[in-house]
Amino acid sequence: MPEHTFRVNGEQVTVDVADDVRLLWVLRDILGITGPKYGCGINVCKACTSHLNGKAVNPCAIPVKDLRPSDEVTTIEGLPATVGQELHPMQRAWLEQDVAQCGYCQPGQIMAAVALVNRVAAEGRTITDADLDGIRNICRCGTYVRIRQAIRKGAESM
Amino acid sequence: MTGPTDETIGRRRFLGYVVAAPTLVAAAELVPSAPAATPAAAVSPEAAAAAGLPSPDLTELLDLNDVMTAAALPTSNLISVEVGTDGMVSFALPRAEVGQGITTSTAMLIAEELAVPLERVRVTLADARPELLFNQLTGGSNTTVSTYTPIRVAASVARLRLTQAAAAELGVPAAELRLEGGAVVAPSGRRLDIGALAVKAASASTRQVSVELAPRAGFSVIGRPHNRIDALAAVTGRKKFTMDLDVPDAKPTMVCRPPTINGKVDSVSNLAEVRAMPGVTDAVVIATGVAVRAETFGQCIDAVRALRVTWKPGTAAGKSDESVLRELAAAELPLGLRPPTPTVEATFTFHFRGNSALEPNCAIADVRAGRAEIWSALKSPIVAQQAIAAKLGLPVGKVTVHVTEGGGSFGRKLFFDAALEAAEVSQKIGKPVKLMWHRADDARQGRVHPMATSRVRAAYLGQTVLSYKQRHTSVSTDLGHGLGEIFTALAARLPVGDVGFSQTFFHLSQAMSYDFGASSHLLAETDKDFNTGSMRNVYSPDVTCARELVVDQLAARMGKDPYRFRHSFLRDDRSRAVLARAAEAGGWGRAMAPGTAQGIAFHAEYKSVSACLVEIDCRPETVNRTVRDAVTGPRVTKVVFAVDVGLAVNPRGLEAQMMGGISDGIALALTSSLHLRDGYFLEASWDNYFYTRQWNTPLDLQVIVMPSTSEQPGGAGELAVAGSMAAVACAYGRATGTMPTTFPINHGTLSFTPKPTVPPVPPSPTDGLDHAR
Repeated sequence: MPEHTFRVNGEQVTVDVADDVRLLWVLRDILGITGPKYGCGINVCKACTSHLNGKAVNPCAIPVKDLRPSDEVTTIEGLPATVGQELHPMQRAWLEQDVAQCGYCQPGQIMAAVALVNRVAAEGRTITDADLDGIRNICRCGTYVRIRQAIRKGAESM
Repeated sequence: MTGPTDETIGRRRFLGYVVAAPTLVAAAELVPSAPAATPAAAVSPEAAAAAGLPSPDLTELLDLNDVMTAAALPTSNLISVEVGTDGMVSFALPRAEVGQGITTSTAMLIAEELAVPLERVRVTLADARPELLFNQLTGGSNTTVSTYTPIRVAASVARLRLTQAAAAELGVPAAELRLEGGAVVAPSGRRLDIGALAVKAASASTRQVSVELAPRAGFSVIGRPHNRIDALAAVTGRKKFTMDLDVPDAKPTMVCRPPTINGKVDSVSNLAEVRAMPGVTDAVVIATGVAVRAETFGQCIDAVRALRVTWKPGTAAGKSDESVLRELAAAELPLGLRPPTPTVEATFTFHFRGNSALEPNCAIADVRAGRAEIWSALKSPIVAQQAIAAKLGLPVGKVTVHVTEGGGSFGRKLFFDAALEAAEVSQKIGKPVKLMWHRADDARQGRVHPMATSRVRAAYLGQTVLSYKQRHTSVSTDLGHGLGEIFTALAARLPVGDVGFSQTFFHLSQAMSYDFGASSHLLAETDKDFNTGSMRNVYSPDVTCARELVVDQLAARMGKDPYRFRHSFLRDDRSRAVLARAAEAGGWGRAMAPGTAQGIAFHAEYKSVSACLVEIDCRPETVNRTVRDAVTGPRVTKVVFAVDVGLAVNPRGLEAQMMGGISDGIALALTSSLHLRDGYFLEASWDNYFYTRQWNTPLDLQVIVMPSTSEQPGGAGELAVAGSMAAVACAYGRATGTMPTTFPINHGTLSFTPKPTVPPVPPSPTDGLDHAR
């Protein structure tokens, strides 16, 4: 079987798996990194949202062969290390607002939130209601209002 | 036996046990005092009707929570709190945590009674324990109601023993010692950590002791807002759900499912070919389809798509929304002769809704010769254990069922469909399996909230409502997850006569909160061909929505303001207070722009009362917003929700449950339904089934927790759905000038292109990198 090399949460990994297996399953079923969740498998629910080179992506839609050795995949497990802290400011905001209910979607929500805040900051502006309305991540527990509050709070300390 | 067992024992005195164990194990004997009506004390509706009296509202005599609490009575003494030598206090909760926050509220009860910091209380979920009988079912928003006192009694027994052990150790009378911060403290200031006392406080024999619970006035934990104890695990990705567990050799497994609801496999033409696909280890026909096991779930999806299966028709062959509506019309119970007075009459339709959580149905099974081990988030693990044992041909005692933390439930996890399938597959192939449903499976073959209609007739004269009749007609709700057994066991004690489970549930959950004269609400059910279930708040969202819309009509007929009308007809102070609080905080009656409006609704259930005020924007520029693959439509811009649960154990968690219920209520009123065509549901994705998303979320939400009105907590997990759905519907009617009668309001417009049914799951996309942002 072909070998694929890329970086996950700061470490180089090589996996021996068919080209077309999607990154989500490489992370979960082969590498045992279970923070990114399955909720649809078709890039709709966004429960698996992680970062690729700092941008939000959905591993359920990325064949592992698309990754290059220098590509850096960051899952929720690796998020704090991107800022050299025990918790990322967005995770702290999530704790302050007590956002999570069942928690299943929350790793994806947090990863999407961090990418959104970074994108908005790069555009030289602050988060608007329209930005928050644009988040597609599903939360079936309906925690949307606290998610909005946490993103605004987290953005202040990012 | 509910409450004090001896007249000499005071109001807060309860009996508990010290259980024989190497370290301290304390158990509770009693469950909370509940007004458990005896048949003799209850007036039967039939008798009342025969006497020509307005029928007494059954929920005033006994509601669903009383039934469940009473059912838990004989076995609650088995609830035990353990103190370890590490100073940690452990409790295995015989309920399922699926997001509702009961591990946190349970830890709070123990922390309060034992005076230990919350972080020193470790709450886990108990495996299936058949000896608990009915005391291991999570539903009916009953967990806190039924466990509030027993858990505190067990903790109190532990407190007593720790104090006694410390007294012997320190040579100080026990009465002079107090617990504080996880230590027993002497008047001298000397402290002994409870961990150091755990062995000394243990007992070599099981003994009964009498304890007094901490008085409410002295509470320092209960009633104060606490963040969830599992929040850190959730935000770091460390929280483990079933599919995250590392069970040796339990490889990914999925099932190729039929193109119609509950279709069966006729034949498979390429099993050998599929078994030879990359990563695939097994492919086997099971009761519900063709199971495939592989190294990764991605390879399972590919294998499921590659299978060539011919199918037998399903249970709903040829049925559609239209044909089911005709069945409901035929099954509707008569309203009787129209009275000579003016009436308001209306009929409402509520379409099928999906009961899926975000975590799909899933379970791990390891079935070996003579034994089986199951892991799954189960709200009725005892029934699951019995069903799995029967399916596998094993004695119940040989089936171990571990209850895992669930990624949402909303009633869905009362059923154990995936666990049963996983057990069957594991037995057939002789290997452990980690079985998961695809999202499309969950949408199309999963449990649904049944389609229903509600016909209402209210008769009035002048400023008086003379009678209110509601005939609710529904596709059958499957209650075969243990709740039915509870009703059977307690049937003799229920004042509802010889009616079925569903009717019993309906009667026990529907209150008539308004002084509307002679009132009756009846349920008729038809058609058992669908996979249905008790979706969050069950019948109440639809029943309440229909009622509150009619209430608005009655108010209009009498020339009264909708809020003032409700306030004047509500029956008690507690209900009026919660309504008034919502109206006041939400600025009821303020001037609203054309195309926007306020709506207000009331709902009582689970010994709790709630009122919801919403503002909705139905202006074209809002309704016609475009978001790709989405339903935008009217936007609820503001929600004010006032709630009185009697005693709120954790106000922060209560607010969270209200917020979630409101998201559900908005979805039920405006956007979320399943479309039935030719024996299957068209929806197969979260972009087909339009649950509330960020673009539908209110920009302004205020939850008001009313001051405690009771010594006992009421239920909360499902409470907010009915009132918020109704308030949104009422606001929509006022904004548009037309009372909505079909729900959700957008059901008539199909807002997506249905995915194929063969293969049953869509292909995995390959363009993920193109969407990096």
